[in-house]
Amino acid sequence: MDGPQEKPHLLEIRGLVKAFPGVLALDGINFTLRHGEVHALLGENGAGKSTLIKALTGVHPPDAGTFLLDGVAIAPRDVADAQRLQIGTVYQEVNLLPNLTVAQNLFLGREPTRFGLVQGAQMRQLSRVLLADYGLDIDVGLPLGQYSVAVQQVVAIARAVDLSAKVLILDEPTASLDLQEVAMLFTVMRGLKARGIGIIFVTHFLDQVFAISDRITVLRNGRLVGERVTATLSRRELVGMMLGHDLAAQQKQGPADAVAAKGPALISFRKVGKRRYLEPFDLEIRPGEVVGVAGLLGSGRTETAKLAFGITRADAGTILVEGKPVHLRSPRQAVRLGFGFCPEDRKVEGIVGALSVRENIILALQARRGWLNRLSRREQQAIADRFIKLLDIRTPDADRPIEVLSGGNQQKAILARWLATEPRFLILDEPTRGIDVGAHDEIIRLIKRLRSEGLALLTISSELEEIVSYSDRIVVLRDRHHVGALTGSDVSVERIMSTIAATGADAGARAPAAPDRPLASLTLP
Amino acid sequence: MTMIRTLRSFHGATQVAVLLAVLLANWLVFPGFFAIRLQDGRLFGSLIDVLNRGSPVALLTLGMTLVIATGGIDLSVGAVMAIAGAVAATLTRDGQGLPVVLAVSLAAGLACGLWNGLLVAVLRIQPIVATLILMVAGRGIAQLITEGQIVTFVNPQLSALGSGEFLTVPMPVVIALGMLVLSLLLTRATALGMLIESVGINRVASAFAGINTGAVIVAVYVWCGLCSAVAGVIVAADIRGADANNAGLWLEMDAILAVVVGGTSLLGGRFGLAPAIVGAFIIQGMNTGILLSGFKPEFNLIVKATVIMIVLLVQSPAWRTFSLPSLPSLQRKHPGRTVP
Amino acid sequence: MNQRFLPLIATIIVFVVGYLFCALQFNHFATLRVVMNLLTDNAFIGIIAVGMTFVILSGGIDLSVGSIIAFTTVVLAVLIGSWHVNPWVAFAMVLVLGGAFGAGMGAIIHFFQLPPFIVTLSGMFLVRGLAFVISTESIPINHPLFAQLNDIVVVVPGGSHLTLIAMVMLVVLGIGTVLAHLTRFGTNVFALGGNRVSAQLMGVPIARTTISIYALSSLLAALSGIVFSLYTAAGYALAGTGVELDTIAAVVIGGTLLSGGAGHMLGSFLGVMIEGLIQTYISFDGTLSSWWTKIAIGVLLFMFIGLQRLLTVVWAAKASAPSRPASGKAAPADAAGPRPQRA
Repeated sequence: MDGPQEKPHLLEIRGLVKAFPGVLALDGINFTLRHGEVHALLGENGAGKSTLIKALTGVHPPDAGTFLLDGVAIAPRDVADAQRLQIGTVYQEVNLLPNLTVAQNLFLGREPTRFGLVQGAQMRQLSRVLLADYGLDIDVGLPLGQYSVAVQQVVAIARAVDLSAKVLILDEPTASLDLQEVAMLFTVMRGLKARGIGIIFVTHFLDQVFAISDRITVLRNGRLVGERVTATLSRRELVGMMLGHDLAAQQKQGPADAVAAKGPALISFRKVGKRRYLEPFDLEIRPGEVVGVAGLLGSGRTETAKLAFGITRADAGTILVEGKPVHLRSPRQAVRLGFGFCPEDRKVEGIVGALSVRENIILALQARRGWLNRLSRREQQAIADRFIKLLDIRTPDADRPIEVLSGGNQQKAILARWLATEPRFLILDEPTRGIDVGAHDEIIRLIKRLRSEGLALLTISSELEEIVSYSDRIVVLRDRHHVGALTGSDVSVERIMSTIAATGADAGARAPAAPDRPLASLTLP
Repeated sequence: MTMIRTLRSFHGATQVAVLLAVLLANWLVFPGFFAIRLQDGRLFGSLIDVLNRGSPVALLTLGMTLVIATGGIDLSVGAVMAIAGAVAATLTRDGQGLPVVLAVSLAAGLACGLWNGLLVAVLRIQPIVATLILMVAGRGIAQLITEGQIVTFVNPQLSALGSGEFLTVPMPVVIALGMLVLSLLLTRATALGMLIESVGINRVASAFAGINTGAVIVAVYVWCGLCSAVAGVIVAADIRGADANNAGLWLEMDAILAVVVGGTSLLGGRFGLAPAIVGAFIIQGMNTGILLSGFKPEFNLIVKATVIMIVLLVQSPAWRTFSLPSLPSLQRKHPGRTVP
Repeated sequence: MNQRFLPLIATIIVFVVGYLFCALQFNHFATLRVVMNLLTDNAFIGIIAVGMTFVILSGGIDLSVGSIIAFTTVVLAVLIGSWHVNPWVAFAMVLVLGGAFGAGMGAIIHFFQLPPFIVTLSGMFLVRGLAFVISTESIPINHPLFAQLNDIVVVVPGGSHLTLIAMVMLVVLGIGTVLAHLTRFGTNVFALGGNRVSAQLMGVPIARTTISIYALSSLLAALSGIVFSLYTAAGYALAGTGVELDTIAAVVIGGTLLSGGAGHMLGSFLGVMIEGLIQTYISFDGTLSSWWTKIAIGVLLFMFIGLQRLLTVVWAAKASAPSRPASGKAAPADAAGPRPQRA
């Protein structure tokens, strides 16, 4: 790839394939990690980053493909096995044990013992020395859970580094670190680089990618988009790779049939926000209008939806429906107000797996009617049949458990659940994620039809072409702020990307922590 | 007929088939098993005896099924029986009329259920832990009510609930069937049954669909408390007294066993009240069978343990897939993460 | 300060306050004799509380211990009384039997992914049933060794003495404390109770640890059965009824988190002592009835569960304090987290 080398690359992944029922999560991925480099692995949700890491660490054995570590083929059976092969991982969610002490976490499974007894004092001493390298001076005898997530993350890194000397996988380690901590982590990473350790760095903070990484590999929908040397890549090019657009093909305009809905807003959010969750935002949605929400992963898209549906309670601002202030403290109240919400995580937050398609479709309507006012079996069947036909939900019959349906059909059933309630306002969080191409187009057609029928829609998507094709307006988020609202001719992939990419240019290598986010203390909270 | 519905009716059919097999086995060891005679306007016979003696557990099973369907469990049903029995016996001894006695003892059961439900739904304490409190303290409360004595009473009206008959059928059986009908109406004629199943399968998604999940959970524990109280009153009425130490002792275990035998998963979700009731009578049928066959009643416990293990092992995912135990656990903890 | 010790501190306070209260009420309460009796009378519960602590720390529960006590006493009575087996050999046999039974339950719990509650419940039925099948009568044990063992005492000042079974309990407690808090096995138990998946990812041998925990619990229950047979000089299939509940309550009152992962062995000992204290108080008082024991234990149980719940909520709020931009999966207002693993 980059000239002849005397020794093989540290890690080579060739033709990695991994399929889950209904989803091809990884489709022939190649990936190369060199000695002493930081290699950023980027992509939106569902791109395949986590699957790649889980395949590499033996959690999900690959269907095809090879791993070469220093030129030797390896097949890790599980995480512990990967660790033995010197591939250490720090997962997205801290995978340590908050109930054990810091020292116990660092030395679990390899505690210094004498006559079978754990040498606590020695272990704590070793822990202090170990953590000193990371600038942490804490009481290692206290439970890990007593420290901030930032400290926990550093402890996780320290453990992984101490266990493994070759490959270190950091899966979004900086997500909850502040500026100072990120800087410290980068120092540590550079030190590890100098020792020849290869680091796979998964993050969604572009500034950090440019600040620390040597190379970048971008995945998208389970496929390899490309590998680039960081120094030769512009911010805009990177955003384009991640969101699936060439710079050339960015002239796509808003919907041709966009007739911006006029008249008073159906829903108004006035300075609605929640501390440490989402900065207060203003948003108005009219009947017959689609407002798109765009932004990179972690920018506050889903948070916007959850505040709007009462799942997370806002601690600031007012919400008006048809000009009248409303209380929105639970999804139940949202449903009564005529709201609906199709969540991003369909399996956990959407479907009720073992219930039938019919029951899943009538669930929200039944919940709103109350338990005493049961929909008769015939009414249920009629509603289910109507929507199965209307949305073309492919199921042998309405009594099939919804969990056996494909993702696209599950998504349509969830949509049907809300349409059955005849909502005024529908929130769709990644409505086309993880579903096949046919269903994808149908859902987009449906969104357009619902708009023409006078529904107010708030749609979140990382598919920019898609969101541009049906949105009347687009709200752009960055770092949990609503940073832009695009209307009219500004509704274009080009404008969204430039709005998203705006910061980095002027901020340089600054690590992107929200400026007003309180500094997480390194000492005891 | 669809797959799932055939499967469900098939499940019910399994329980009935097992019950018939158990009864048949009883008949083999005791030829007079199916003999029923009418005497003084009341049916007698071993079969009637199975139904009569199985009724208290059948009542507990009704409430327990709903609780387990939400993914919970209620360990306190035996203690609640003791409390309700103690209330009924004490009030009757003190000369209260039947309406007052019934109202107060059933109210005691409702209050116990409400307590459990609030601990689980509002304080979000694990069900097994939350109901353990009342399991421990409840028997003490019952003893407090009876002041540690076996309270006896003479009240033909109340006694009729335990040892009387209605249209020749023993009263406990009639009451158990009546409560079954009531429970079925409550859950299947309304939407409650589906909401219970929905909450038991996926509480988060249910909440997002606008279901008041807390209220559903409180409701099932309250119903369970009521069913336990009814069972407690029947037992007290039958023995014409209340023994706070022994009333309902270990019956929570029988009720859980009946639910498991009845095909409702301990993880919650789909439930069947009628199969669970059949499960309760299967257990009683086995008890009676062991007695009739001349084995010591002590074998009961062993048979119960064996049955419960077989049913659970066959139901367990590991048994079905023969997969490594480590992987399913990983996937279960991060349900949304298998496909990132 | 280590916040995880808060429940343990609460336990110590309850015990000290309770003891002082009793001592002020009754003249003879503050004597070594009462303390020694407390240790002797609760020795068999103290021993199983050690095993139960391991089980609960790992996030499990063991309902079979009371039955194992009964089974052990009956088997001992038959082996020694009818079959004239050497008592020491009989002791060894029941211990091996107990350990093997527990290992079996642990294996079922692990490999079939069944809730510990239901597996040990069947174990409880099975073992109690076996005890009944052997004998429903109380069988006296008249072996001279039993008398000899009961005569082994350490005389303490004040004319009272520390009995052998109390010593056995204290030794078991000591070993259990070391095992729980100073060995790799102990750390693995805590790890398992903290988060099974994380523990597995960090290389904790889940299968071996789970099986060992239940084997240990049953082994100690068998030992407790031996102690119980010494204490009562009889084998009885109804022995130890409800002991599992008293033990679970003692462990919780001792500050161990019922969902696992946090607690201290000494707390469980104090929990047993608090229960003993309540009983002793009631017997000293003479006018109070025995049911107040159950109610008092229930109230304490509620207080400690409430305290733990409160602390868990506070800690969870604190741990998630710096919001995590990556997750995007904040706790919904009306939705529980993952379904509790234990039924």
